Amino acid sequence: MSLEIVNLKKSYREPGGGSLPVINVPHFQLTEGEQVALVGRSGGGKTTLLNIISGITRPDSGAVIVGGVNITELSEPARDRFRAERIGIVFQTFHLLPAFSALENVLLGMAFAGKQSRAHAVELMERVGLKDRMHHRPMQLSVGEQQRVSVARALASRPRLVLADEPTASVDVANQKLILQLIRETCEEKKVTLMLVTHSEEVSSQFDRIEQLSNFNQIEVTA
Amino acid sequence: MNLITIALKSLKQRWVPSFLTALSVALGVALMVAVLILNNVITEMFQESGSGYDLVVGPKGSDLQLVLSTIYRMDRPIENLPWRFYEELKDYKTVEHAIPMNLGDTTEVGDFPIVGTTPQFLLLEYAPGKKFRIGNEEHGLRGTWDAVIGSQVAQRNGWSAGSKFKMIHAGQDDHVHDEEFTVRGVLAPTGTPNDRTVFVHIDGFFQMSDHSKPVREAIEREAKFFGETEEEVIQRHKDDIDEILKHENESAEEHAHHDHGPLPDIQKEVTSILLVMKGNELQRANATMSMQTMLKDGFQAQGANTVQVMARLMRNLVGNIRLALLYLTALIIIVSGIGIFVSIYNSMSDRRREIAVMRALGARRQTVFSLILVESLLLCLIGGIGGLLLGHAIVFVAAPIIEARSGLLIDPRAFTTTEFIVIPVLIVMATLIGILPGLTAYRTDVAEGLQNS
Repeated sequence: MSLEIVNLKKSYREPGGGSLPVINVPHFQLTEGEQVALVGRSGGGKTTLLNIISGITRPDSGAVIVGGVNITELSEPARDRFRAERIGIVFQTFHLLPAFSALENVLLGMAFAGKQSRAHAVELMERVGLKDRMHHRPMQLSVGEQQRVSVARALASRPRLVLADEPTASVDVANQKLILQLIRETCEEKKVTLMLVTHSEEVSSQFDRIEQLSNFNQIEVTA
Repeated sequence: MNLITIALKSLKQRWVPSFLTALSVALGVALMVAVLILNNVITEMFQESGSGYDLVVGPKGSDLQLVLSTIYRMDRPIENLPWRFYEELKDYKTVEHAIPMNLGDTTEVGDFPIVGTTPQFLLLEYAPGKKFRIGNEEHGLRGTWDAVIGSQVAQRNGWSAGSKFKMIHAGQDDHVHDEEFTVRGVLAPTGTPNDRTVFVHIDGFFQMSDHSKPVREAIEREAKFFGETEEEVIQRHKDDIDEILKHENESAEEHAHHDHGPLPDIQKEVTSILLVMKGNELQRANATMSMQTMLKDGFQAQGANTVQVMARLMRNLVGNIRLALLYLTALIIIVSGIGIFVSIYNSMSDRRREIAVMRALGARRQTVFSLILVESLLLCLIGGIGGLLLGHAIVFVAAPIIEARSGLLIDPRAFTTTEFIVIPVLIVMATLIGILPGLTAYRTDVAEGLQNS
């Protein structure tokens, strides 16, 4: 699924009443099945950009066209539906729900998309190497295992676009490689477009396409 | 995975506050069930006890006192009626049965009320379709000194067929009658005041010392009651009065040596009379009304309709107490509801991340709002159903204890139709409770919720 961003702007209101611009992207494009590493400094608007692409946050202006659909024109319920069905998100801090087992966390992602398949969830758990631990609660899993569950959850509803926000930032070096490999290989296998945000050169160097956010996010930085 | 599963998992995750809030609802509902069942038993006891009789006839005065003393044995009798009045009522054209009741005395042991009555009393229905039952080997009031006792009397005093007892004269704690009665039968429990009453044969009751009215007083009383002259009364009872006057000057020793027959009618009195009218239900109702009007217009007696008097008492006094109890238990349930609200509402700040994650995974605002409502519903329903079961378990365990201590017959499996409203009421309450926390979930800012975690 392709991604195209046109004249996207987003600013936040400051406590004093002023406006803080965060996103100003004249144009950005990803083709279907492409994988890109988005690199940028902290506070550079990476997470906001991912939130806008996934339809969580509404931009002030501009268009985000995902698979031919301008999601900025969709109503909130439609954006929720779109996100549930077509977009998978991997968070930096995993965001697994502690009340549910690893498998149930994966199923939960499917439940909101309305396409639950226990067999597919089990298959994903197997794919991330956690078939034997799928009935464990997040608290009973190591940090690396938790992020693998998070990857499985992001892929559960068979998305066409995966947005990964610093997925390796919270895990050790050994797990970093494993998780990165897992995300990339799975997306490649299923021809899923991947946008991975990172500030690690080691991570970004493994991608064919690396984009510095500052190159296309033309915000004026006030020091 | 549906909303109920998700809600159950969330509740399980916070099992301590969830358990405590559900428990508070359960205790409120259990208390309500117990109050409802007890209330039903008391209402039934009051409504059923005298419902086998159409009218209770007694001296003019408070109809409530007449009913309470005759049927419930809770109050002192008003006064007495001449025996002749009972005989006239018994022969009255619309009267099927007239049962004399003599009250006031109590047992020496246990202070149980004694009723002097005819054997017929035990053969009539004490409530529609309900008759007294006596043990197989036992019998009712056959001989002058026979007694039949209620189940509570037998249990508390340890009496059975063959036991002998004495009684205390009405209002005189130190005056124990010399005569002894023998228990001939024990009544099966009825759940009415009859369970704690001793019934003695009216002939024996009359033959006891101090149970005969002095003849001059009796003449004066009867003349006044029927609006006749004393001469007319004397003429009516001439033979009896002559016989009494013949023995009046005897010494106690002489008096004790000759044979006494039954007490002359002029000296007999009854405290009240139970009437069962002739005919079908409608005819009985009409006859009862006519009799009540007739009694109101003439003589010095009144007829009280037990059901009407008790309905009035239930409405004015017992009904209010019952209502207060129900309000109190409803209040307990509302307080439990507030507990659930506080618990869910307080948990919302901790659950912002959880809600934000669900929303990021594609859950709609309505979905997370519904999830909180379902949690509230589950807490109320689990608590409510647990409370219903707990309430019935309490009744099941307490029924024999209450029966042993108070004589109230409670069916351990008793169920009141009012219980049906508990669940719908809880559903409405849970919905109201869940709205505000649900709106908090609905309004959760996803980006902020994910960032703050």
